[in-house]
Order: sequence, then C-alpha cells, then structure tokens
Amino acid sequence: MVKVGVLALQGDFAEHIQVLDAMGVEALEVRLPHDLRKVDALIIPGGESTTIARLMKSFGLAQEIKSAVGEGMPTWGTCAGMIVLAREIVEDRPESLGLIDIQVRRNAFGRQVDSFEADIDVPSLGGAPFRAVFIRAPVIEGIGPGVKPLAYLSDHQVVAAQEGHVLVTSFHPELTHDQRFHSYFLKIPVGS
Amino acid sequence: MDKGTWRVKAGLAQMLKGGVIMDVVTPEQAKIAEDAGACAVMALERVPADIRAAGGVARMADPSRVLAIMKTVTIPVMAKCRIGHFVEAQVLESLGVDYLDESEVLTPADESNHIWKHDFKVPFVCGCRDLGEALRRIAEGAAMIRTKGEAGTGNVVEAVRHMRAVMGEIRKIQAMSQGELMAEAKALGAPFELVQEIHDTGRLPVVNFAAGGIATPADAALMMQLGAEGVFVGSGIYKSKNPAAFAKAIVEATTHYNNPDVIAKASQDLGEPMSGLDVRTLKQEELLSVRGW
Repeated sequence: MVKVGVLALQGDFAEHIQVLDAMGVEALEVRLPHDLRKVDALIIPGGESTTIARLMKSFGLAQEIKSAVGEGMPTWGTCAGMIVLAREIVEDRPESLGLIDIQVRRNAFGRQVDSFEADIDVPSLGGAPFRAVFIRAPVIEGIGPGVKPLAYLSDHQVVAAQEGHVLVTSFHPELTHDQRFHSYFLKIPVGS
Repeated sequence: MDKGTWRVKAGLAQMLKGGVIMDVVTPEQAKIAEDAGACAVMALERVPADIRAAGGVARMADPSRVLAIMKTVTIPVMAKCRIGHFVEAQVLESLGVDYLDESEVLTPADESNHIWKHDFKVPFVCGCRDLGEALRRIAEGAAMIRTKGEAGTGNVVEAVRHMRAVMGEIRKIQAMSQGELMAEAKALGAPFELVQEIHDTGRLPVVNFAAGGIATPADAALMMQLGAEGVFVGSGIYKSKNPAAFAKAIVEATTHYNNPDVIAKASQDLGEPMSGLDVRTLKQEELLSVRGW
C-alpha cells in the first residue's frame, strides 16, 4: 500500500490529506527530512512559495527532496508546489528545486481580486471538464522537450504538465471534491 | 471564468494556513518579513502598540503607503479598514489589496453594523472573541476569522482566552444532539445553518488564525497547539530588539509548533522581545477587543 507524504511546512496540506483520506490512501505530513524517508510519493501543496522555499532550505528538506525525486519518487506540486518544483521562475524569486523542465511565472493572473474558477479540459483525465480553482496562480510559460502539457487555459497558458514522475498544476484540485487528479497522480509509476 | 467566488475568497485563506502574517508599516519592513518567510503582510499606518500610544482616531492607512508595500513584495498584502467603514473597504479593494481586515485595532466607524462583506470581490478577515461573534462575521461574508486577543500588548493571554472560547464552543456543539442546536444558535446569537454545519463537521467553515498579543516563537506555537491554523503578529516583531531574527524564529515555530526541539532552537539568542502590558491594568476604554460585537 503506497504512503503519500504531503509537505506540511505551510499552506493547504490538510486539504490534500483530507482528499487522500477520503480515497482510503494513507497520508503523512512531511516537515523534516526524516519524514520523507517514510513515504513513497510526495505532494507539495498550495501556499506561499517564498515561505515554503525558505523553510525547505533551512530545515534541509530541499536537498532531501532533490535526491528523493532524483531517485524516482512520484511528486506533484499544486500552485506554490509547482513554483518550487520548476526549473526556472520568470523575473522573480524564490529559488526553485529545478525538478521539472518548465518556466513558471508567479501571480500570472494578477492579485487576489483576479483569482478565479474555470472549467478546463484535461484529456488525460477523461470525462467531464475539471473545475479548476486558480488563486493568485502561476502559469507555465515555457516547457522543455521532455515535458507533456496536460491542460491549457488558453493557447499560450499551460496550467498542468508532467515530466516522467513529476506532475504540476497551477490550480488546486484539493479544493474541489473531484478526485480525478489525485487518482491520476497515484497511478504515476516510480521514475528512473 | 468566475472571479470573487466564495471558494476563491476562502481559498486564499487556506493557502495562508500554517503561516505567519506580519504587520508592517514600511516597504523595508515588508521586505524583512518576506525574507523571514511571512506568508503575507498587513500594511498599516502604525503597529497596534503605536496606535495605543498615539490615541486619537485610527483610520485606514494612506493608500500610497499600501501601494508602496504592494510594489515591494510578491507575497499577499492585507490592509485594515475600520469596523463598518465600507468606503475604506471599497478604497482598499480598488488598490488591489489581497485581503481586508475589518479590524477593532482601528477606531470603529459604526458601532451597530459591521460591513456586509458579500458585496466585495476582495476577501475579508474579521476578529472574534467567541464562536457566536465568529459566526456572525462569517454570515456577513468574512472568508477568514482570527481571534482578537488584545493587540499591541505583547501579552498572549487574551488570544488564548478567545481561542479556547471558540474551540471549546465548537467541541460543545459537536457533542450536542440535533434537538439542542436551535437553542444553542439562539444563545450564541448565530445563524442556525452555521451552528448546524459545525455540529456536522466539527470545524469552522473558514480558516481561523490567532492574533493579538503574540510576541515570541513559543506564543505562536501555543496558539497553534490550541487550534489556530496560523498566526498574525503585529507589534511583536518590529517592537522587539531584533525584528529579522524574531520574524524568522516565529515562522519556524509556527511550522514546527508540535516540535519543542525546533521551538527551543528557534527561541535561542533572539534578544529582548517587545515589552508587554498587563491587560488587567488597562482601563475599559483602552481595550481594543471589546470593539465590535
């Protein structure tokens, strides 16, 4: 039985754990490096990316996550999680982990009053459109050759992507009752 | 594309969870807060301890001050408007502030009515001393709640009192039978539907932070262990001798609130915290938490 770790430094980690609980999947909070050794997959939740990045660094988690993902641990970043996993952040901080070959722009849609919900098509999930919640959301502006876009908001705005065992979404599947993205993530095999 | 929905408004508070929101009065202070790991800043004309000292009428901050802070940091920027002052709220919304705090720290503009917050696209956080007050604010549209505590004192006792009141009342409602809920709603002065929701879920329908008097890493962790989902720190950082160190230590203690080893380490060699006030020596008219209902 797979155990999923949810990075619990700051942000909506409890919401991810609730979804996993509802699916009958064992979920653990990851706060310190040794927590990471107990899990088979990792979710980096929404939150404030500068806060999460700083706390990851000062408690030695950044390095630990890099090695774990390097060794193939399936990993998913939602919103802030996508930012910290990216190879590059356009015109901005924080320092990211560089674990997926994408260029990300933070707060790409503006401030909170511009936050929104929209139905988007995600062909990999099949079925009905996905209700996506974008909160001060980032967008993917550039993707490397090995990265597969999973969803677009418009022609130039990629909002979900995957490279091997690393998955990212600009939006928050954990804030809806639709479990399809969590199911999709749980099926991603360990990478090489 | 739907903007300003309840899910988006309450959702930003969910993204702030586990974090520290710091009061700042200048772009430089905002930068220090961001570098220390604050998940948001509250842009103010004065921190509560200085509002207390200055007396007079405390109003929303000068828009140019708020804009300068918004330009300096990439984390969310909050600002305070007076209780009931919906035009201050409109002004701050038009500036593009990310969250509004309808706050008892400023001088109330309306002693009967709080702002009808459903009219706004920008989300609101409001203070409370107990569950009834929290639920009245949520019914008016607050997408986030915080305890009032007693701001500007550096004394956590009131924040503890208010958090214990809220959490205790939630536990009590959860244990009640269905037939007792209407009488409880009446006693609390709260909408029945929200009392029912708490009975069913065992939690507030929005995120609940602690505020008012938090001055040390241990204070922050105390509030988290009592059930807060994050903390506001006002005067506690910039009234201490070493703001950058206090800011960073409070952020770490908030994340690792259940880990005394980490809190101990974060608390070392910080220097003088802000000097505190014994709340019992304050006169009734000096108390901020009694403003609003």
